[in-house]
Formats: sequence, C-alpha cells, structure tokens
Amino acid sequence: MDIFIQQLINGVTLGSVYAIVALGYTMVYGIIQLINFAHGEVVMIGAMVAYSVIVALAGAGAPLPPLAIVLAGALVAIPVCMAVGFTLERVAYRPLRRAPRLAPLITAIGLSIILQHLAMIVWSRNPLPYPQIVKSVSYHLTGNPNGATITNVQIAILAVSVAMMAGLMALVYKTRLGIAMRATAQNQAVAGLMGIDVNKVIALTFVIAGGLGSVAGVMVGTYYGIAHYQMGFLLGLKAFSAAVLGGIGNLAGAMLGGMLLGIIEALGAGYVGDLTNLCHFADWSEALAQRCAVDPNVVLFGSNYQDVFAFIVLILVLVFRPSGLLGERVADRA
Amino acid sequence: MSAPGTAPQADAGVLLAGRGINKRFGGVQALSDVSFAIRKGEIYGLIGPNGAGKTSLFNVLTGIYTPDSGNFVFDGAPLDGLKPNEVAKRGIARTFQNIRLFANLSALENVMIGRHVRTRAGVFGAMLRNPATLDEERAIERRAFELLEYVGVGRRANDLARHLPYGDQRRLEIARALATDPKLLALDEPAAGMNATETESLKGLLERIRGDGTTILLIEHDMKLVMSVCDRVLVLDYGKKIAEGTAGAVQEDPAVISAYLGGDVALNLKGAA
Amino acid sequence: MRAILDTKGNPKLAWAGLALVGIALLVLPFALAAMGTAWVRITNLAILFVFLALGLNIVVGFAGLLDLGYIAFYAVGAYVYALLASPHFNIHLPFWVILPIGAAVACMFGVLLGAPTLKLRGDYLAIVTLGFGEIIRIFLNNLSQPVNITNGPQGVTLIDPFRIGPFSFRDTEAFLGLAFSGPIKYYYFLLVVLLAIIVINLRLQDSRIGRAWEAIREDEVAARAMGINTRNMKLLAFAMGASFGGIAGGMFSAIQGFISPESFILLESIMVLAMVVLGGMGNVWGVIVGALLLSFAPEVLRYTVEPVQQALFGRMLVEPEVIRMLLFGFALVLMMLFRPAGLLPSATRKRELEVRR
Repeated sequence: MDIFIQQLINGVTLGSVYAIVALGYTMVYGIIQLINFAHGEVVMIGAMVAYSVIVALAGAGAPLPPLAIVLAGALVAIPVCMAVGFTLERVAYRPLRRAPRLAPLITAIGLSIILQHLAMIVWSRNPLPYPQIVKSVSYHLTGNPNGATITNVQIAILAVSVAMMAGLMALVYKTRLGIAMRATAQNQAVAGLMGIDVNKVIALTFVIAGGLGSVAGVMVGTYYGIAHYQMGFLLGLKAFSAAVLGGIGNLAGAMLGGMLLGIIEALGAGYVGDLTNLCHFADWSEALAQRCAVDPNVVLFGSNYQDVFAFIVLILVLVFRPSGLLGERVADRA
Repeated sequence: MSAPGTAPQADAGVLLAGRGINKRFGGVQALSDVSFAIRKGEIYGLIGPNGAGKTSLFNVLTGIYTPDSGNFVFDGAPLDGLKPNEVAKRGIARTFQNIRLFANLSALENVMIGRHVRTRAGVFGAMLRNPATLDEERAIERRAFELLEYVGVGRRANDLARHLPYGDQRRLEIARALATDPKLLALDEPAAGMNATETESLKGLLERIRGDGTTILLIEHDMKLVMSVCDRVLVLDYGKKIAEGTAGAVQEDPAVISAYLGGDVALNLKGAA
Repeated sequence: MRAILDTKGNPKLAWAGLALVGIALLVLPFALAAMGTAWVRITNLAILFVFLALGLNIVVGFAGLLDLGYIAFYAVGAYVYALLASPHFNIHLPFWVILPIGAAVACMFGVLLGAPTLKLRGDYLAIVTLGFGEIIRIFLNNLSQPVNITNGPQGVTLIDPFRIGPFSFRDTEAFLGLAFSGPIKYYYFLLVVLLAIIVINLRLQDSRIGRAWEAIREDEVAARAMGINTRNMKLLAFAMGASFGGIAGGMFSAIQGFISPESFILLESIMVLAMVVLGGMGNVWGVIVGALLLSFAPEVLRYTVEPVQQALFGRMLVEPEVIRMLLFGFALVLMMLFRPAGLLPSATRKRELEVRR
C-alpha cells in the first residue's frame, strides 16, 4: 500500500508538470490547430535560463533565501520563454498559417533542432546538475517509518501547478483577452470582423504558453536535479500525449490528461516489472523454475520501459478515441 | 406512371429504390422516412429549399453516412453498409456541390483516376510494366481523352484542374464520374454558378448522357433546368418527402408551393382565393 | 537530369549523356578510393540514405502521409539481418535469403502500425508514427532481458558481410589490375540496387497505383467517391515504404558489420524526412539530390568548418556536427518558408504548395 501511495504521489507531481506543459500545446492547438512541436524546447530553455540564474546567484553567495533564488530563476526564465514563444510564432508559424498542415509541422521540427543545438552551444553538451539549494524535506504520510513520503519540493510543484491552472482558467474565462481567445478559436475570420486583433491574440497565446512552459522547466529541473539540452523532446512529447489523452484543444482535458499520464507512468514503472515477472509462472516450466531459483526476478518488461507508456497511451487514444477523454467541446476551446 | 407519393415498387424498371431512409444529426432530423424509386434511363430531379436534406440524401446514398434506418436497393441488390468506394464500384458515381477535383493534377489525370475502379493493374504490374499493364494504361488514357471530348473540355486535357474555368471544372467532374462507368450518375448542383448559356449546354450534356444509357439523379436549384430536363422530381422539405412525380405535377402541388414560398404565403394565397 | 533521360526528344544527346553519367558512376569509387577508403564508405552510406529517402517518398511524397518514425523500419531490417547473420545467435544465413525476410518483417510492422492509424489526420499520424519509432528503439535497447534478443545498447557486432560462395564483400581482390576493396564492391552492388529502386519509383508514380496515391493526397473524400479504396491504398504505400526501409536496413547491417539502437534515433527519421522535403516531395530526382546533399554535408563541413575556425579564432569553438545540425534546422525552416516545394519540386506538388499560401 505504501508503495502504491508513493507512486501515486510521484505520479501526481510528474503529472502536474505534464499538465502545465500540455496546456501550452492545447492552447496553441485550440486556437490555430497547430501542433507546436517546438514547445518542449521552450520548456528546456526555461530550465536552462533558470539554471544559469540560480547558479550565478547561489555562486555569488547572494544573501537570499534559497526559495527566493529559485523564484528569481523562474522570474528571469518566464520573460525569456515568452519571447521565444513569440518569436516562434512570428517567424515560423504566422507565415504558414494558411499552408498545408505538414508545412508548419516541418518548420516546428526545424525550430526544435535549432533551439536544442543553440542551447547546447550556450550551456553544455552534458547534463547540468541543477543546484539543490532548496533543502529537501520529506513528510511521512503513513505510520510506516519507511513508508510513503511527500517532499516539500513536490508540495511546491503541486501548489504552483494548481495556482497556474487556476490563473489560466480565470484568464480564459473571465477576461476580455480570454473572450478574444475563445472567439478566435471558434472562427478567426468572424473574430476579426468583430474587431479582435487576431494576430495579437494568437501571438499572446504563444506568449502565455511560453510562460507556462518556462515554469514547468524550472519545476522539472528542480525536481529531477538535472537539466539537459535534449530534455525538452521527451517531456514535450509526453505532454503532447497528455493533451491528446484529455482531448486536445480542451484546457480541462490537458490538466486531466497530464495528471492521468503522470499517474499511469508512475504506477506503470512501479508495477510493470512485478506484473511481468515470469517467476510467477515458474511452476509452468522446469527451465524457468531453475532460472527463478537463481534469480527470482525474471522480468519481461522492467521499469526501463517507463517511457513507452506515454507513447502507448498516445497511440491507443488516437486510435480508439481521437477526441480524447473530454472530447473537444467546441465551446471550451481556447 | 405511378401517382405522386406512391411507395416504390420493386419492379424491373427500377434502378434505385430508397425505402424509409432516416438520418439524424444530433437534434436535427436531416431525413425522415424518405422513400423513392428511380427508374432506369430517367433523369430524376431532387429538389427542395436549402437545408431540406438533399445533400444528406446524397451522402447517405453514396456511403459517406450510414442511414439510421431504411435502406437502398440498387440494381437489384441492397447497398447496406457499403463504403463510398464500394458504392462507386457498384455503379453510382457522384459529383460534389463544392467541386472536389484533384486540383493539382491535370484534367486528363483526373479522369484517368476515375478509371481506377474499372481497371486492375497492381504494384507488380506497375513495377514490371508487362504488356497487359501497358495495354491497360493505354486504354485508360484513351478512354479518359474520349470522356474529356464528350463533356467538351478536350482542349484542356493537360491543364491543371484548378486552372480550368468554373464551368469546365463542373464538366470535368462529370467526366471523372463517368469514367467509373456508372449506371447512376448523381450530380449535386451541377449548374450552380453557371450562366444561362452554360446551363443550356449543360442541359444538352445531361440529355446526351441519358441518351447513352446512364440514369441521372440531379440535385438542382435552377428550376428552369429541373423542369425542362427531369422526367420526374422528388421534393424534400425539412427532411421529409413532400411530393414525387412528373415535373409538371410537382409544380402544381400545393405542399411544394408552400414549402418554396413559405407556409404563411401559401395560407394567404388560400385565404385570398 | 530529365533532359538526359529524355531518350525520345533528343536521342543522341540523351544516350551520350547517359553514357557519360554511367562511366562517371563506374569510375567514381576508384577516384574516391584515391582520396581515402573512408570516402567510399561515406558514399555507400549516402546511397543507403538515398534508398531510405526514396522509400519515405512513397509514403510522404506520393501518398501525402507524414511518417516521423520511418527509421524504425530501417532498424527492423537492420536487426533482422544482424540476428540472422552473426555470432549473436550463431545463425549465418546468406544475404539473399535475409534481405527479403527483412523486407517482409519491416512490411509487416508497417501494416501493423498503419492498419489502426491511417485513418488519423495528417499531423496526428505524424505524432503516432513518431511514437512508434521511439517504441521500437526503446524495445531494441531493452530486449536483452530476460532473454537476450537484441543485446541491448551494446548492439550486435561481427555481422556477416555479403557473401556469395567463396566471394566475400569484405575482402579486397585484384581484378584487371585494379584493387577491389570491400567498400568498392558494396558500392557497385548498391549502385545496381539504386538503379532498380529508381526505376521502380518512377514506374510506380506513373501508374494506376501512383495516380490513386496522388488522388488521396489531393482529396481523400473525392478519391473514395471515385471508387479508390483509400484505406488499402494508404496501407500499400506504408507497406512499400516500410519494405524499402527494411531492405536498406539489412544492407546497412552488412556494410557496417555492427549496429546498435543508437543508429536509429528520432533524429535519423527527421533527417530522412528532411532529405525528402529538401529535394522536393514527390519528385524522385529531387529526393535523390536532397539525400545526397544532406548525406555529404557533414563531411564537407568537417573539412571546412574546422580549418576556418582554426584560422579565425585559433581554436575550434563549435564542432562541425553542431553546425551541421543548426544548418539542417535552418534549412527545414527556410525551405518551408521560402521554397516549400523543395529544390527540385515535382510539378504537381509545387503548384499545390504555392496556391495554398
């Protein structure tokens, strides 16, 4: 039971990061039906920029509490990523808005490669150790002293994620900009006729997505204690899977999908090894029994298959329910 | 000739019979209990105000949607559950209201693609170019040229479809449909956007196609064309059949007048009389 | 290229041109060998990438289906060859048995992936194929436990070269006073296969099947209404592309003698796609040019970027590989923005991409 709770907590933490990144995909998709393939790279840039700020501040021995240093990192990363998002839209997507679908997808791949390698030149080819300046504190959740725990970092990630989701919902549903975004998502031409500056709204969508992504980058860096110029790719792909799982174009769907995917991955990684341990069937075969006597873990699929789950979820969802769990409620698209 | 509104009989002269077709989209009953019969060799009109369900009937017939209930019997066998390509293979070819040509292929290639369903060459034939395949290719090309001439766009054979003038695109779509050797040619507003001269020559083309043995199902808003070219007409309104019969009889039908002029107008007319 | 091949328009010039190109291709490996055997190897790999690009062109260029996991089929072909012709399982089948098996297995994977996913819209299909490619790679990396099938990240080594009786493609032999090294022999073999594949591609494009693919690419609904079984035709394109990839993978295995999952990462899929896009989707000659350009680019950069940086800064600031990737990324973006139909666009594709902008 403790293992289960622990994996659940890990999954929800991971899932809330996925959700924040997924929101970036889903917002852009909702408004212009484009898969912003380079969004994962924006997250990576966020992690990297914050890394530099944190290292500089911590290294200079700035008389600041650790939390303030991380916050400073995020505060620098946010505008940088917003600028990256804005630039991507302006330079590579806007000219292709009316082109066949494949064209912006291909530019997005090109941008991914450019951003990755620029990051590699600026930072490093090797993984960067994220300074663990916030002392990790674990809180026990059950009576078991070796049982499930939740760390202060995990709590912070959850809190920040929830706050950002709430903020985004308020923005989309309570503000004039939100109305303009929803109108543009419904019908660009008509929104334009109603006096909405469609180009500005789309650009702002990329800016907001970039801002969300940067925070996600800082959270991932802090959580895993590592940043790498290629970290955006897999993270982005998983977040995209999460967005599809929830129903792409749907904000609530992205959150649900992110959480679910995080939980699926954590539980999957935690249990798949045990579930596919052939020694459960040791009495079926003499050879197997002998092998299990030497090594009780003859595991078909171990936790090293963790990354497969997201892809399998993605394929299954697209094949069996392309509209995702929450469907694409047209009125909800932002 | 059966009276308007009679249920279709499975007699030998019937090419296509629709029986109790229902189709609902969300809260909208696009087609409710529509039955009709098209006889071999006739030009059968399908009319009705905008949103009456004409194109829905086309889409249900050609397998793009499945009817909620009811079925079609075509040439003696049901069309139940067939996909659009299977329907085409059975001998129903269609055109589209908003022209759907293969815009970046030449006019000739468009018609050649129409021959696909009546030809056989596979991957190995394509790779090996054996005599049978080469013969078939030549036959496809020849037939495609003939059809372009037939509809009157032979001169534009090597132009890209999207470079053709509007009227020629409509004709090209008809040629492409004819290339599938259809028994029934289903045309969705072929005269839309045409001027009077073009419509007149389209009428000539339709009569020629019918004269050459192909039955035609025609959705059209141009009443002059419908009334002059159609043998019989089916009128839909709000997804329901409100009349079926000869062009002349349908024109006189009070339900049809009411549907086209609006209920109030019809009542007023009655009141005045 | 087209003028040279136009044997009807101007037969004398055409045949003379063809003869010249033929002689140049025959002499090429010796010229390259004079510069160093490495160049022959590089050329062989470039030809393999031409195969891959032509295979992907069937899927992307002809049928209009974006496949971002194409390298997976290359991987399948490569591993089939490696496992059936190496000490790993101590199986040593001859290459002419394994290559068809590799093609068939890759084809099967193509159908397995395609059957459920081909109804998806273009960009979704792209992502699903990408996911599939990653799944294959993750499995290759991990299928060393509990039974060692792929040997994990270490890969498979000591893979047999092509061998016909006593004649092995690995040894150097003297013939007519010329030294035929292993790579040179492979070169000629690849050249013959390349010719065959080019002919197949050109013929496919101009056939009933090719027209059906083009119809699907242009307007799927209309294609279906014309009686084209779009699902089968898309599957066919997928299966053919996959088979090409499988054959290329088998040859890669034999030529390299060593493979590991690292050769089959997503970037390779994107690289092959870039070759197709750069050259001109749907145009066989364009795709060949694109594949050759991108294959030789790293070598050219290696011999230019380094000296230039040394001269300018006295040391190397950015490795040629990174510059290559940056150029490659910019090429993708700039091509889409300014020349979406590729360097040598096919007539139809060019017009389509221009009109919609």
